[in-house]
Amino acid sequence: MTEATSTSKHPSPSDDAPAGKAKLAVWKFTSCDGCQLSLLDCEDELLTLAGQVDIAYFMEASSRQLPGPYDLSIVEGSITTPEQRELIQAVRAQSRFLIAIGACATAGGIQALRNMAQVDDYIQIVYANPEYIDTLDRSTPLSDHVNIDFELRGCPINKHQLVEVISAFLNRRRPRISEHAVCVECKLNNTVCVAVSRGEACMGPVTQAGCGALCPRYHRPCYGCYGPKENANPQALIDWQSSLGIETVKILENFTNFNTAAPPFHNAASSIRRDRQNPPGKSP
Amino acid sequence: MRAAILAAEHLDLLIQALRDSGYLVIGPVRDELAIVYDEIRSVRDLSQGWLDEQEKGHYRLLPSGDGRYFGHTVAANAWKKFLNPPKRLLWRARQHNGQLQFMPQSEDAPQLAFLGVRSCELHAIEIQDAVFVHDQHRDEVYSQRRQSLFTVAVNCTRAAATCFCASMNTGPEVTLPSDLVLTEVLDDASHYFLVDGGSERGRNILATLPLRAATSKQQALAKKGIESARQQMQTGPRFFDSAGIKELLYRNLESPAWDEVADRCLSCANCTLACPTCFCSAVEDTTDLTGEHAERWQQWDSCFNGEFSYIHGGSVRQTTRSRYRQWMTHKLASWIDQFGHSGCVGCGRCISWCPVGIDITEQLQAIQQADKP
Ligand code: SF4
Ligand code: SF4
Ligand code: SF4
Ligand code: SF4
Ligand code: SF4
Repeated sequence: MTEATSTSKHPSPSDDAPAGKAKLAVWKFTSCDGCQLSLLDCEDELLTLAGQVDIAYFMEASSRQLPGPYDLSIVEGSITTPEQRELIQAVRAQSRFLIAIGACATAGGIQALRNMAQVDDYIQIVYANPEYIDTLDRSTPLSDHVNIDFELRGCPINKHQLVEVISAFLNRRRPRISEHAVCVECKLNNTVCVAVSRGEACMGPVTQAGCGALCPRYHRPCYGCYGPKENANPQALIDWQSSLGIETVKILENFTNFNTAAPPFHNAASSIRRDRQNPPGKSP
Repeated sequence: MRAAILAAEHLDLLIQALRDSGYLVIGPVRDELAIVYDEIRSVRDLSQGWLDEQEKGHYRLLPSGDGRYFGHTVAANAWKKFLNPPKRLLWRARQHNGQLQFMPQSEDAPQLAFLGVRSCELHAIEIQDAVFVHDQHRDEVYSQRRQSLFTVAVNCTRAAATCFCASMNTGPEVTLPSDLVLTEVLDDASHYFLVDGGSERGRNILATLPLRAATSKQQALAKKGIESARQQMQTGPRFFDSAGIKELLYRNLESPAWDEVADRCLSCANCTLACPTCFCSAVEDTTDLTGEHAERWQQWDSCFNGEFSYIHGGSVRQTTRSRYRQWMTHKLASWIDQFGHSGCVGCGRCISWCPVGIDITEQLQAIQQADKP
């Protein structure tokens, strides 16, 4: 590539920016820390970020805790306890923009598998002293509790997408994050489709892009960790995969992992379970 | 010039002659899972001895059991990615002392030679020329790459089950201009190519190769191969009369067939991205963290994506029904109004690479059946 240069006059864009650096806070609710680690993993950009914002609260990285209000809060994790339900309200009230990151914060995460079961039964089995456990019976995404300014998908999120979203909010523009299928990334990367060429149960056509079609790039089917794409049609995928003879448990498993509580995936799983009990064509 | 014979063992001389003339040669190579178009340095890179088994939502790579170089049909990816890169940076900008500096990105276009272009694909390139070169908004990257492009076309002697160029009048025999045209013949012990030079530079390349004059028997065998590909399509389920499709679609915009296909379609965009004629792209701007650097990117887009029809207030085509209808009516009807010819060349990629096996020829039949003129 060669460069040609031209110049045009432009008013300073910082006219309406708040005085001083933007204050950034990073919060964790019920989650594995993987998404926050993506931020620490942004080695190249982290120094630039530190130069642009005042990192006021980020327990994973520093014990420094500045009080709010914050310009930008990045929140990982789902809401699973009564205290968290209160805390997320406080975070929202203190934050100009609030971004939910990862499958836990945007869909309830893998821990939302409990939503389909009796939480007390789990507690009895898992904990030696169940009486110490105070938990909600469902794991829910942040959007069930407060308004969210942007949801960044993934389990874990992609660090380049995170930098893009932060850049967008700092510069007050729309994040360049697409809601289309993982398949688009396969085609743009010249990756041969594993569903068509191997008959694999790939979730890519109902899953939102953003990972760069990571799994198909290594000839593995997508398992849907970015959650449902815009206008997803899981039933059509289930019908096709069943017609290929793919085992129902395999298909069900794909809809019941990190985004199990995302409505399109939840409904797809419910329909598979219903059909297992009452196979279509046979009257109950 | 009369058709000549190039012995199969001399195919590499053709590749080397192109490379020596400064071309980056692209041809069919075997990826682990499919045949794809990619750079080749010698005849050893070609997918010799491999076949494609294609059906709706289905592709398998199979050993052919013979030594043919071009026994397979169209590759998984279309040639378009070499002429219209899937992602490209249009410009970068820098903010300096309150001023914006723009740095447009331009390139030294690579000089490309495509080896193994099928008749439907030559038609597809011609269709994209109408969009990127001859339309009012000329695309410089495409135009420059296209201008220096050298094509070695190959007549098809076998059709995949998904091929329907015979219905779209775009194949299997090469009829559009190409610098060179090959027909592969493997007959008992002899393996050779019937070669035709279609341009001055094509003939210049031929002049460097050890050719023999073709006998009439050799020419007849080459013809027979092409006829057998045509036969395979004409006796298959995807053969239809494409006259009047535009009118058919326009009078059936509310056909129940659209509702039925919308139930099965994933709006995943695979069909449009695999299609050799679909040309849509999105343009997006981005900044870095400091806000001092900005970039404008162009990348392939599809009418199956929600963002594609986003205007102030939301997406105009929210439903899969409206997206599928947009795709099919554009390909087969409004494309004719826009460019004077159909936007479909019958290569079958959208059928094979649809992850739920939606078949444009079946959909057309469904609309025909529900048609009440
Ligand atoms: S491999 Fe999966 S994600 Fe990629 S195109 Fe095929 S179905 Fe879509
Ligand atoms: S391909 Fe699917 S499962 Fe793999 S990282 Fe991407 S979204 Fe997650
Ligand atoms: S619409 Fe389908 S068959 Fe027609 S040119 Fe495109 S990919 Fe090929
Ligand atoms: S069918 Fe869709 S993606 Fe293809 S050229 Fe038409 S509008 Fe663009
Ligand atoms: S027709 Fe097939 S490939 Fe095209 S968008 Fe629908 S499901 Fe995807």
